[in-house]
Amino acid sequence: MTILEKVTALLGEGAVLETGTDRVPRVAPGSPDAIALLLGTAHQEGWRVRIEGAGTWLQSDAPADLALTTRRLDRVPAIEPSDLTATAEAGIGLDQLRQQLADRGAWLAIDPPGLAGRTLGSVVSTATAGPLRHGFGPIKDHLLGVTFVTGDGRMVQSGGRVMKNVAGYDLTRLQAGGFGAFGVIVLVHLRLRTLPRADVTYVLEGAREDLTQVGEDIAAAGLTPAALELVSPALARRERWALAVRLAGSPALVAADEAGLGAASGGGRFTPLRAEEAHAFWMRLAEGFSVRPVTFRIGGVPTASDELLDLLQHQLGDEWISASPAAGAIRWTGDTNIDRLQRLRRTLAGLEVPLTLERAPWPLRGAVGHFGAYREGVGPLVAGLRRTFDPGGALVVATEGS
Amino acid sequence: MTYAMDGLPTHRRLPDLVVLPGTREELIAVVRLLAALGVPLVPRGAGTGLSGGALADEGSVLLVLTRLNRILRIDRDNRLAVVEPGVVNAKLGAAARPAGLQYAPDPSSQSACTIGGNVAENAGGPHCLKYGVTANHILALEVLLADGSLVELGSPGGESWGPDLVGVFVGSEGNFGIATRITVRLTPLPRAVRTLLADFNGLRTAGEAVSAIIAAGIVPAALEMMDQSCIRAVEDSVYAAGYPRDAAAVLLAELDGHNADAVIAETEAVADLLRKSGARSVRTAASEAERERLWQGRKKAFGAMGRLSRDLVVQDAVVPRSALPQVLETIATIAQHYGLVVSNVFHAGDGNLHPNISFDATDPVLKKKVEAASAEIMQVCIDAGGTITGEHGVGIDKLRYMPLIFDAESLGAMLAVRRVFDPQERVNPGKVVPLHACREWTSIRNAKFGVRSDRASFNSALEPVR
Repeated sequence: MTILEKVTALLGEGAVLETGTDRVPRVAPGSPDAIALLLGTAHQEGWRVRIEGAGTWLQSDAPADLALTTRRLDRVPAIEPSDLTATAEAGIGLDQLRQQLADRGAWLAIDPPGLAGRTLGSVVSTATAGPLRHGFGPIKDHLLGVTFVTGDGRMVQSGGRVMKNVAGYDLTRLQAGGFGAFGVIVLVHLRLRTLPRADVTYVLEGAREDLTQVGEDIAAAGLTPAALELVSPALARRERWALAVRLAGSPALVAADEAGLGAASGGGRFTPLRAEEAHAFWMRLAEGFSVRPVTFRIGGVPTASDELLDLLQHQLGDEWISASPAAGAIRWTGDTNIDRLQRLRRTLAGLEVPLTLERAPWPLRGAVGHFGAYREGVGPLVAGLRRTFDPGGALVVATEGS
Repeated sequence: MTYAMDGLPTHRRLPDLVVLPGTREELIAVVRLLAALGVPLVPRGAGTGLSGGALADEGSVLLVLTRLNRILRIDRDNRLAVVEPGVVNAKLGAAARPAGLQYAPDPSSQSACTIGGNVAENAGGPHCLKYGVTANHILALEVLLADGSLVELGSPGGESWGPDLVGVFVGSEGNFGIATRITVRLTPLPRAVRTLLADFNGLRTAGEAVSAIIAAGIVPAALEMMDQSCIRAVEDSVYAAGYPRDAAAVLLAELDGHNADAVIAETEAVADLLRKSGARSVRTAASEAERERLWQGRKKAFGAMGRLSRDLVVQDAVVPRSALPQVLETIATIAQHYGLVVSNVFHAGDGNLHPNISFDATDPVLKKKVEAASAEIMQVCIDAGGTITGEHGVGIDKLRYMPLIFDAESLGAMLAVRRVFDPQERVNPGKVVPLHACREWTSIRNAKFGVRSDRASFNSALEPVR
């Protein structure tokens, strides 16, 4: 029997989708149990499985015997507006989830890079936070718990669906940003907020250094923007660098921050965007990171932001870049090669700045790895965790590169 | 006796040896020596934990870290601090204050508890409603593993080197190693603060008021509740805060922010919601002294409950916030059924309950009743969709409840992760994961008591610490 025949016998014809251009069979199990069954079999049979969501973020090109897509896991078992929690399956598109939450007056305060239909599982497993990280924290801060399936088909639950939870070790945080190396996320318990009653975006254009100073002034003034993002001209599609400030919350808080914004603008003038302009601005920014072949993020301390932006410009060019200086997070997208990326990662490691490769074609991703330049003692721990959650190496994930 | 208990008086264990290293280097040397000898060790901070998590059995060495109490750096521009594990929570807060910053997690024991202990337990506190728990404030860690090796997790900017091992370590209750250097995130001190006290005729009404505030999209800095039993214990003590003794419950709500006008507007909105939800009266602290008095009553409530009886069982369940009214009523029914005094003081905004049972542990009949009532209360919280601990940790106290919320596979996974960090399970053995509920427990017990005593290992442990 071929792999395809075995999978069909195991999960039924409905679970097998079209074979991709690389002739790797694509399987879409319809339930977490089906994923457990599939991975348990893959482990026994020695199949190599790559994990996919909607196929809009990470390139679907890892060499594998089978592609497992979570796209049929698209249910939302619970939305609890009075508790501000929700439980959603990993394969639901963020756009659909957002709409269902909004219908109940709830909001998941994340705006990850990529297309609107990116799956929740993709966002969580890659921990790709967007500009809202400034005000609402990284992806992990929005998670109450996850259920995942290990590479040998075991179903594991972590956390729960309440606001605070210290029962047992926090395996949720291992999965958030694990890139699937420690299992396939199937269910996510989320922490929500109410839809902000006021939500406005202002943009200031100028020289990068001037805007960085304005960003620092805003932080020093004690303003609490939901997003404070420095965007390169090419990415913002503007003449000069843009500093975009999003204020979201109660009308009283937003009004107070609007008043403070003028004083902190360093003589420049923030332009308010109309609601549809603001929506288009942030969406264009998010989508920009899924257009070009390579995207990575780095995280330094806020005072290092300028130096890090200079470094990126010097080593790779800074055409498509977005930075949340106060959060110390910078995301770059463009075209580059293995040598340049490895050199950059080494240089950054010397500055105590990790580089996480978010997406790249397999030849580059496989060589460089999502992670690398580990600090002392981290490598053996990661390897041990890999062996624990994927003892047969069924899951094809470029953790450290070759 | 000092080291035989933590903050929970219902568990006692006597360690063979207590060691108080005075420097990081001494700590490393001791851990390497114990690794060579194969002796189990239990790290301990100030011993204020409430789950028996820092108790050491016979055959174990207790490593008390309170002398490692240096604040190594406060970086105002990058809003972070680097500290040793024995730094007291409140002292870090005081040190950050001149820079206009705060360390937000504020457990009730903050005047004594240590940052290392906070990291081990993923400690919470009243103001975690707005600012998040310890896990949200730890950027990087230097960790001493059981084998004596050092690893560096996380980075000062908060991005991890690979998977988020800082997130995995925080809350691991000392099972993964000892945090020897901790980089914490500091946040700006709010420039405006308003504190409200609302009192209610019924627990249910107070619970419903909490839901109304949360559903309105307002995030108070803190939203705390105390029931009548707790109110009276506080008012009878030296911590009397002026809570109305006849109220069935009081809610303490605090709002803060950088802009006074916005804080005042939100405070008025909350006061309005409280009145509409059935509050008998709502008053705002008129001065900083009054605010401190209101908070002192809340923060010292556990101490005040010591007046009620000689022993106290402190529970720490979490339920969905909308379930609070029903769960509080059911807890009252359980207390009535067993004829016990249950006092509730808790983080209502997070749904984090602390139903505390006052009793005399020397009475065996009463003790059995307390155990039965505790188990019933925990089951009620689990049935409501909740969990068994929100901030105190599992330790040994809640081991028996773990199989109620996790299946054998998930518990097995936790154990497997623990073995990655500590293959021999020598650090803080017997905590968090109930071995009997995991598939592999037989092999674990064999491995646990294996003792290495070869001369080469012993000698290598005495090499100078780098």
